[in-house]
Amino acid sequence: MEDCISTSALLTTDGVPLKQSLKKAERKNKLRAFLLVFPLLLFIIVTFVMPIGDMLFRSVDDSQINGVFSNTFNEYKKWDKEKDVLPPEEVYKALFEELAYGEKIQIGRALTRMNYSKSGWKSLIKTTSREIKKAVKKDELPNNYKEFLISANDKWADPTFWYAMGQMVNNTTPIYYWNALDRTYDQDQNVVMQDEKRRIYIKTWIKTLKISVYVTIFCLILGFPVAHLLANLPLRYSNLLMIFVLLPFWTSLLVRTTAWIVMLQQNGVINGILVWLGILSDDGRLQLVYNETGTLIAMTQILLPFMILPLYSVMRVIPKSHMRAAQNLGAKPATAFWRVYLPQTIPGMSAGGLLVFVLAIGYFITPELVGGKDGKLIGHWIAYHLKTTLNWGLCAALGAILLGVMLIFYWLYNKIVGIDNIKLG
Amino acid sequence: MNDTSQSFVKFEKIDKSYDGEVLVVKNLNLDIAKGEFVTMLGPSGSGKTTTLMMLAGFETPTNGEIFLDTKPISKIPPYEREIGMVFQNYALFPHMTVEENLSFPLEVRKISKPETKEKVQKALDMVELGNFGTRFPAQLSGGQQQRVALARALVFEPRLVLMDEPLGALDKNLREQMQYEIKHIHDRIGITVVYVTHDQSEALTMSNRIAVFNDGVVQQLSTPDILYEKPENSFVAKFIGENNTLNGMVTDINGETCTVELDNGFGKVKALKINVNEKGDKTQLSIRPERVTIDSTNPEANNFEGKILELIYLGDHIRARLNVCGNDEFIVKVPNEGSFSHKEGDLLNLSWNPDDVRALDI
Repeated sequence: MEDCISTSALLTTDGVPLKQSLKKAERKNKLRAFLLVFPLLLFIIVTFVMPIGDMLFRSVDDSQINGVFSNTFNEYKKWDKEKDVLPPEEVYKALFEELAYGEKIQIGRALTRMNYSKSGWKSLIKTTSREIKKAVKKDELPNNYKEFLISANDKWADPTFWYAMGQMVNNTTPIYYWNALDRTYDQDQNVVMQDEKRRIYIKTWIKTLKISVYVTIFCLILGFPVAHLLANLPLRYSNLLMIFVLLPFWTSLLVRTTAWIVMLQQNGVINGILVWLGILSDDGRLQLVYNETGTLIAMTQILLPFMILPLYSVMRVIPKSHMRAAQNLGAKPATAFWRVYLPQTIPGMSAGGLLVFVLAIGYFITPELVGGKDGKLIGHWIAYHLKTTLNWGLCAALGAILLGVMLIFYWLYNKIVGIDNIKLG
Repeated sequence: MNDTSQSFVKFEKIDKSYDGEVLVVKNLNLDIAKGEFVTMLGPSGSGKTTTLMMLAGFETPTNGEIFLDTKPISKIPPYEREIGMVFQNYALFPHMTVEENLSFPLEVRKISKPETKEKVQKALDMVELGNFGTRFPAQLSGGQQQRVALARALVFEPRLVLMDEPLGALDKNLREQMQYEIKHIHDRIGITVVYVTHDQSEALTMSNRIAVFNDGVVQQLSTPDILYEKPENSFVAKFIGENNTLNGMVTDINGETCTVELDNGFGKVKALKINVNEKGDKTQLSIRPERVTIDSTNPEANNFEGKILELIYLGDHIRARLNVCGNDEFIVKVPNEGSFSHKEGDLLNLSWNPDDVRALDI
């Protein structure tokens, strides 16, 4: 027996190495476990990993236009901007050929992309294309392509358009990210701020973060006592209270949001009551909706359960004897709460806080409906570019930044509180 | 002991009701002397924990007053009572280390840092956990957590310590070991302890005196030996130790003793008159299993026959379950001296001394 134990490689009774035997015995279980989770894994890959990957790819992708104008861009890269004011003849020739023989739909798409870099591209290319088509039809290929193009549209003699082309000649581009942060390129390809009146995103980002933080704080302040009551009331009262907390979940988000409009508008319930009580004059009705206040109020109400539930699940398991023990040891109720109860609710507070914050930062419908002009969050612009301008690259960049902000907060949270401390139930 | 000037803790006419319909504690009068180890023993729902909570200040008496060191304490909030307490599940604060748990009562009393440190170390050494100060409660075993709870209840030098079934969560061996440890700590520092348990052997092991609770009333308050040997009513007789009962009616009273005619004509028993008043009273006789002798006759009285129903071999003694006078659950403990040769189904001659039979209420 002792020999058996002292040898370095352990053998089974049959003489097979123990590790090998163990592996064989567990292979079937491992395979079965993998097959069990495989559908879910597939589902997650298809519905989560791939879309996010696609979004991140689209936010920098510039390959479509590079496929359409590959020769032009290749020649363009050879242009020495110090020496010549305009690109060499080869660039004009490649452009002529690619516009003449390229696929129409692809060129159309490329035009949309070109307009993101500088407005005016679309009309320029369209008028030029017309002239080129005419020439090709008549079988009259020009001797000097440069002159031909400039005669077709004199903007081809304007270096600013040629400089703007420099932003597109690579397969990947950071332009969507710069746009998402109110930045663009000047004619020397430097990143600069947009015109004053076109700056919208940074303002919206700050507003989104600000409102998300406020909503999280208000949810915590309002949710903490409710969760405490839920966890400590006798069962029949706490069940009733729980129904009130969960009731909003059973009501459509749109209905709840619309209800807030009814409540908050200038001729709505709250203003009506305040005027009736004489607190407000009829002319001094408060503007509570279609601005940031409206967004804040409605979002806090809608996200409150996401704060209450994790808090409740944590508070429920804190033994009541802890508060008693603290008082028995000489702590006044306030001290006992602060030193003994509150620290034990941190996992719930942080779980709820993170949940509410993450939901708030990407919230769309409610701010869209009650936010008016001032109360719209970044989700509004993502939807706008997705549906109206079809600028999916910018959409993807905005989405990727949103994802990045969340990851930063998650990282900060992990640094400060520790992700092991999170507790949802 | 009944003198108010001597009693350190005094319950006076305490009633307690939660709903205004049922009294969970009825007319409780209890005196505890300084340095005493008093256990409240009783089945669950007998009011013992409620009594303890009233003393700690977490429940208010519905009627009556509790005095601590001759001062009424009903109006004093729990955090000013200077009473230590060990809770049923220890109630250690999970987010604090053992040291922080122990310094908590000292910090809220604004005791200086070095003094706190010294006291905490002393308390930890007392429970033999000197090296465990930096651990969190979750990293300790049940027995260690129990000791930390004990140390925390003692570290701020309270006037008295309450323990609410502190050993309930431990396994049997550890429980017995901790019983001795708590007893030794009590002996060493001489603090007054009020202990609550439903485990009679725990109560017998540790206490100076035991208050047996049932139905909100103290059935008997006495030292362990008197409780066992001289129970005053049938509840105490049944609750503490093993007990054989025979029912009957008093036919004659003669000073300290009485004669009881057993039900269904099984014969007459001479017994001590404890909880019966007059002839014709129904009574329950109580006889401890070890006080029944076999194979011998008593010259005075109380000779009976019993049929062996079951024999259980327990090493040092043999436990025999007999049918005696219609009672199927009559237990006799026969010391294992090697001479017992009866089989199940045999008839045994039994006898007992009239001084060992107590006529109690029914």
